[in-house]
Amino acid sequence: MSTLEIKDLRATVATDEGAKEILKGVNLTVKSGEMHAIMGPNGSGKSTLSYAIAGHPKYEVTGGEVLLDGENVLEMSVDERARAGVFLAMQYPVEVPGVSMSNFLRTAATAVRGDAPKLRHWVKEVKDEMAKLEISGEFADRSVNEGFSGGEKKRHEILQLALLKPKFAVLDETDSGLDVDALRVVSQAVNEVTQSTDMGVMLITHYTRILKHIQPDVVHVFAGGKIVESGGKELADELEENGYVKYIGKPEPARI
Amino acid sequence: MTVAENNVAAAVEAAGPVVPAASRGERFTGYDVEAFEVPGGREENWRFTPLKRLRGLHNGTAVADGTVTVDVDAASDVKVDVVGRTDDRLGVAGAPSDRVAAQAYSSFTEATIVTVPSETKPDKATLVRVTGPGEGKTAYGHLQLRVEAFSNASIVLDHVGSGTYADNVEFVVGEGAKLTVVSVQDWADDAVHVSEQHLSLGKDATLKHTVVTLGGDLVRVSPTARFAEAGGDVEMLGLYFADAGQHQEHRLFVDHAVPHCRSNVMYKGALQGDKAHSVWIGDVLIRAAAEATETYELNRNLVLTEGARADSVPNLEIETGEIEGAGHASATGRFDDEQLFYLQSRGIAEDQARRLVVRGFFHEILMKIDVPEVRERLEAAIEAELEAVESTVNTPETVTA
Repeated sequence: MSTLEIKDLRATVATDEGAKEILKGVNLTVKSGEMHAIMGPNGSGKSTLSYAIAGHPKYEVTGGEVLLDGENVLEMSVDERARAGVFLAMQYPVEVPGVSMSNFLRTAATAVRGDAPKLRHWVKEVKDEMAKLEISGEFADRSVNEGFSGGEKKRHEILQLALLKPKFAVLDETDSGLDVDALRVVSQAVNEVTQSTDMGVMLITHYTRILKHIQPDVVHVFAGGKIVESGGKELADELEENGYVKYIGKPEPARI
Repeated sequence: MTVAENNVAAAVEAAGPVVPAASRGERFTGYDVEAFEVPGGREENWRFTPLKRLRGLHNGTAVADGTVTVDVDAASDVKVDVVGRTDDRLGVAGAPSDRVAAQAYSSFTEATIVTVPSETKPDKATLVRVTGPGEGKTAYGHLQLRVEAFSNASIVLDHVGSGTYADNVEFVVGEGAKLTVVSVQDWADDAVHVSEQHLSLGKDATLKHTVVTLGGDLVRVSPTARFAEAGGDVEMLGLYFADAGQHQEHRLFVDHAVPHCRSNVMYKGALQGDKAHSVWIGDVLIRAAAEATETYELNRNLVLTEGARADSVPNLEIETGEIEGAGHASATGRFDDEQLFYLQSRGIAEDQARRLVVRGFFHEILMKIDVPEVRERLEAAIEAELEAVESTVNTPETVTA
């Protein structure tokens, strides 16, 4: 059993007008096996939260802690965080020309697991996970994310999740850019890997549509740089019905 | 990353009031060194080159007091001749276009001619190794690689050792012939090498010309491609890796003077360390007669550390509208933090992530080098360069002209 504790997390981003505070004291505790949906309107700071946890250089953490079983991950380098068991499925995965997906996946798995996976088992493992996500085999030879459609990129983020099996995963708008079939396939893969590994998940989303496929244990509303309300599944139903008007003072639907 | 992309045409600049924009095609060429003025450093042709480091190659003070050793490991069918200055095959691929090349042409005493006879396909690559005259010594040389009509051959030209060396290399590709050639400049740290490479393509000839520059204090390679008749196809590839203090200059000129020819240029370089300097000039001229020309040129530079500088100047002159296509692209960028973040976020340590990105940067070019022995060696050489990549990278100076 592991615990990820976010305590009074504050972060700024550099702008032309100086540092701007985006995260204004985020508090959240996620335990192994828990699925937390974090729902919020555009510009509320959801993505900043995910980047701050992963250690993106663009964001400066100005206060608070993120503790993984008591260890402050904010004091770790980006790769150390990943090796400690924190994974971020990005909203906009980055293209890395000239580096094949298969080379990348194996290098990452070697880094996270501490040993190079045995080649024969590895090939089968990758193939099986790709099949579950309905990713064609040719992608293994293509450069990382280069020329992939939005949906293809998202499938590959979840492929990495399934292969790296972190203790905690932040899924940043994994549903955006996925059509109805792709959303079902990707959601199934997320359910399978989270249930088989007892992973704790922060599922960041603007819309309720992914919650038809992935059942959250807790739903949080994120607005103005912090969590403003938490509840059960019924909170998502309420958002589906009324949108974010109550939190931001103007109508913004949570349903497509 | 700063990217300057132009998908055509407007490179023929109107003559300005101060500096009339002379066409690249009008640059003087000749075999006699005295016909060239001693460069002062402001000439278009010399403005990026640190003349002081040329050790007198440019002003007549570099007297030949050594010789290079040329060893040829020839495939069967391939002939090797060592000839004197008067052999009438010499000089057919083109005349020197700068004073150092003319100095080399005026000064060499013997030349090596490697001939692939017509209608042959040697079973392996021919290796030509040029070993420098030694530290503190100067030499001039001349080399001609001839592939006669309808042959198909691979040649590796390898430059190693120490000293100061200027030469002309002729690549004469006959009608319907195909030559794949890789010129590797893997000199010792002290070496200065100035080389004009004359690429001459016959009717329907195909030439893949790859330049790889790794070692040496100052290396300046100027490949010029000319088409004798229609149907020629030249691919000019380059890969360079400049370390602290190294000056690596590649000046290309593709002269499209006849119809239905193609040229494709792709040079990629990485730079690291204080005062590492690379210069890439890509001149492409499509003359009025060169209808149905298809050309593209690209230069990319990856600046890995502070204090390194890459200059990149593409220049496309078009004198006819009747072409298939013409374009150029040039970009010089520093290390991409987003790529690094992405790889690290998957647990890959920073130094390894950097290597992956640099390897990826060169991958496209390495895949095009279809001489297996060379590709493996280059992959190893790039790995060796990467061992030296500093782990902290600050904001480097980047220049894209």
